[in-house]
Amino acid sequence: MLRLDHVSKTYRVGAFGRGRLAAVRDVSFELRPGEVLSLIGESGSGKSTIGRMILRLLRTSGGSITYDDADIARLRGDELKEYYRRVQGVFQDPFSSYNPIFKADRVFAMIRAEFFPRVGQDEWRQRVHDALEAVSLNPADVLGKFPHQLSGGQLQRLLVARALLLDIRYFVADEIISMLDASTRIDVLNLLADLKSRGLGILFITHDLSLGNYISDTTIILRHGSIVEMGETEKVFGDARHPYTKNLLASVPHMHEKWQSNGSGPGTNGVAQPAIATPELVLIEEGHLVAAS
Amino acid sequence: MKGLRESLHFARRNRKLVFGASVTGAMLLFALVGPLFARHGPLVFVPDMAVAPTTHDGYWFGTTLQGQDVYAQFVNGLRLAFIVGAVGGGIAAGIGMLVGFTAGYRSGVVDEVLNMLTNVVLVIPTFALLLVIAAYLQVRGVVPESVFIGITSWPWAARALRSQTFTLVSRDFVDLARLSGRSSWKIIFREIAPNMASYLVMMFILLFGGAILIAATLDFIGLGPSNTISLGMMMQLSVQNAALQLHLWWWFLPPGLAITAIVGSLYVMNVGLDEVFNPKLRET
Amino acid sequence: MALHVDDLRVYYRTLAGDVKALDGVTFDVADGEIMGLAGESGCGKSTLGNSLIRLDGRMRYIGGHAVLDGEELPVWDDDAMDRFRFRAVSTVPQYAMSALNPTRKIGRMIHELLRARGVEQIGGRQEIARRLELVGLDRGVLDLYPIELSGGMKQRVVMVISTLLDPSLLIADEITSALDVSTQKAVAETLVGFRDRGFVKSMIVITHDIAVLHQIADTILVMYAGKLAEKAPADEIVANARHPYTRLLISSLPEVGVRYAERRLTGIPGRPPSLLDPPAGCRFRDRCPLATDRCMQEPPWIEENGRGIACWEAAAMPAAQADAPLVAGAL
Repeated sequence: MLRLDHVSKTYRVGAFGRGRLAAVRDVSFELRPGEVLSLIGESGSGKSTIGRMILRLLRTSGGSITYDDADIARLRGDELKEYYRRVQGVFQDPFSSYNPIFKADRVFAMIRAEFFPRVGQDEWRQRVHDALEAVSLNPADVLGKFPHQLSGGQLQRLLVARALLLDIRYFVADEIISMLDASTRIDVLNLLADLKSRGLGILFITHDLSLGNYISDTTIILRHGSIVEMGETEKVFGDARHPYTKNLLASVPHMHEKWQSNGSGPGTNGVAQPAIATPELVLIEEGHLVAAS
Repeated sequence: MKGLRESLHFARRNRKLVFGASVTGAMLLFALVGPLFARHGPLVFVPDMAVAPTTHDGYWFGTTLQGQDVYAQFVNGLRLAFIVGAVGGGIAAGIGMLVGFTAGYRSGVVDEVLNMLTNVVLVIPTFALLLVIAAYLQVRGVVPESVFIGITSWPWAARALRSQTFTLVSRDFVDLARLSGRSSWKIIFREIAPNMASYLVMMFILLFGGAILIAATLDFIGLGPSNTISLGMMMQLSVQNAALQLHLWWWFLPPGLAITAIVGSLYVMNVGLDEVFNPKLRET
Repeated sequence: MALHVDDLRVYYRTLAGDVKALDGVTFDVADGEIMGLAGESGCGKSTLGNSLIRLDGRMRYIGGHAVLDGEELPVWDDDAMDRFRFRAVSTVPQYAMSALNPTRKIGRMIHELLRARGVEQIGGRQEIARRLELVGLDRGVLDLYPIELSGGMKQRVVMVISTLLDPSLLIADEITSALDVSTQKAVAETLVGFRDRGFVKSMIVITHDIAVLHQIADTILVMYAGKLAEKAPADEIVANARHPYTRLLISSLPEVGVRYAERRLTGIPGRPPSLLDPPAGCRFRDRCPLATDRCMQEPPWIEENGRGIACWEAAAMPAAQADAPLVAGAL
């Protein structure tokens, strides 16, 4: 189990680093195998920061992230590599995730070089083919090509295949479909949902509520670095209690009803919010917590 | 790699690159082959003094006021110029890369320390330093001169590489390499540096040309190597001996033209390379 | 008729040949109408918007006409268009909010812009401040630098600037894409407000997000691979689309309330054709579940009763059958 306990991340800003910017404040949740957890928030909510901390690309400023009860901040060298065997991620921009001067399947070669140096040529080829099949890609279409010769959807799927080459338990999907076209988005999204049936725990980070609602079992609504509402997806979406959640749901453009002109202004009219105390989460019903507002 | 083939295609057609490379190549050829045709050593005194260029006795470039073979000095100086460029430019490039990559990749405290180091070296008055060193060393050769140039001209290269590394480090493929368990040095040299290959090539060319120019300047004010004759020293001696007034044009014109030609063509080559590597600058 | 576009063709010149980004579109936008232009990347919607104002030097005009308020727009000539830009036709380009000069305060930037255009006398600071307040921004914004504003605020500033001269036609290119969902609503509603207050006569709103268009547009035009696919009033496109591409596209969009466990949505397999060398006939036929041999011939654009469509099968299909759910790959 992957657990976050009172995790926070603070950046130093301003001249001589005197100011403080809290990107993540006192966030706690659990990610279990076979479960899709959506982390929903607008820009500046800290959702990507949380994803990167889980992937050990950033250090936490406070609190701890534990994998099977081991604090990941202490992992070094080979232990860190072991962690990456179990936890992987994919990011938002497919074209930025590939080194443009090399072929796209080099990402597989890197995995082989670092994790499976002793596996034979033929066996490796078979494993790659299996992984590509699992993400519905035809090897002939994608192997031996440069990133600019492939589409965004293919590139993202390749990255999922890369993760599947390892024996991962948890997968962090950071806005992985927001740069894809609408007609390919849903296919990659379905792919993630299929991964769940393989027993993977998936952290689905997004700003799009309809996507979160579509595939996740649990939802966390994040605002300015802290959790305002979390719980089973049906309860959070069906019976939203926090005013921020309700505002978000009211702003989503639907296709079968028009916006209510409730005169609600935009979420933030200014830029950075001053530091506010993190409100406590209150259990209002089984599987549904809301921050006191 | 498709990119390489495409680059070569444009490289062949780019007039600046072809021109610059041809001139530099010709000078290099001259430097390698020329000394074979010198009848005398560069420092040897011959009986004929201040003779204009003539085919007699191999004085193709004439002789100096004291009676040294200008051609011999010229081809010797040409060789030295390329050595200074390679060694001086190479050292500067090496240090620049080390400092620049590390500062750009690591950021934080390491970056600040390296920045401070870069700034300090940048503002050291090189002439004053060289004068002090010259006062202590008995004999100064070309290699020490090159090394000195190398260790004082790397700061701007380090700065430039640092900012380039910054932009590449923020790209997701670097994160992906980290997620694949790659170590930092491997990432720098296998992911980041290859992406900057064109930039590194151009930077080296600029450092090469810059080293030659700095050496010529140092030589011209008398701080050059003490055991041989370089192009800059030829110019210094010719001015000291009033070659201009005495109309001994064959003494200062060849070295001056040679330095201008080499450094100039290197810079032109660089502009051409920029167009080859940067698709947006191509005249399509 | 505010805007009439007739068989407009615009290609992009590249080393490999001409990219036929916009290959013959015909449509009208009435006075006071907000027309949504929807489609995925590469369909030509941005090219269409840009071709009506000619701000992209790479575009090569091939043929067709555009007539605005009875006067022909010189869409073949960058320089001749200058007379119309900002006055008759204005645009809020994509990424505009990221293109504000970071070293200028907003007020000064606007002043310089108006002076460059030779219209600095229009009401001056008062009028600008008034309009800013109308869109919910405090007039103090004029004294701020762009970095002090949030994304939504910057977007609204850009929208106010683009409409200062009350243009006849406003082209808004992906103005809500980079915004959070709550600011998106505010910005979209601001756009409608411009039309309602008469700042702008008609609008073309370009976006890939059909859901947003459904909220604010009167008509929606769907494009695919450089050509028009379907046109219909906003409500009808969503509830009752007839072109197979539109139907597949709409059915691939998850709505809040639809869950994977209950109903698995599907996308459209395949990719749009390369526009360097597009296939003959209907450009969607390789991915279309209704494709027949007839589709090897390009379907004509048929428009009647406010609905237009370019599809052999859909045009011929009786209404009842058209309502049956369409599944990609089935048939």
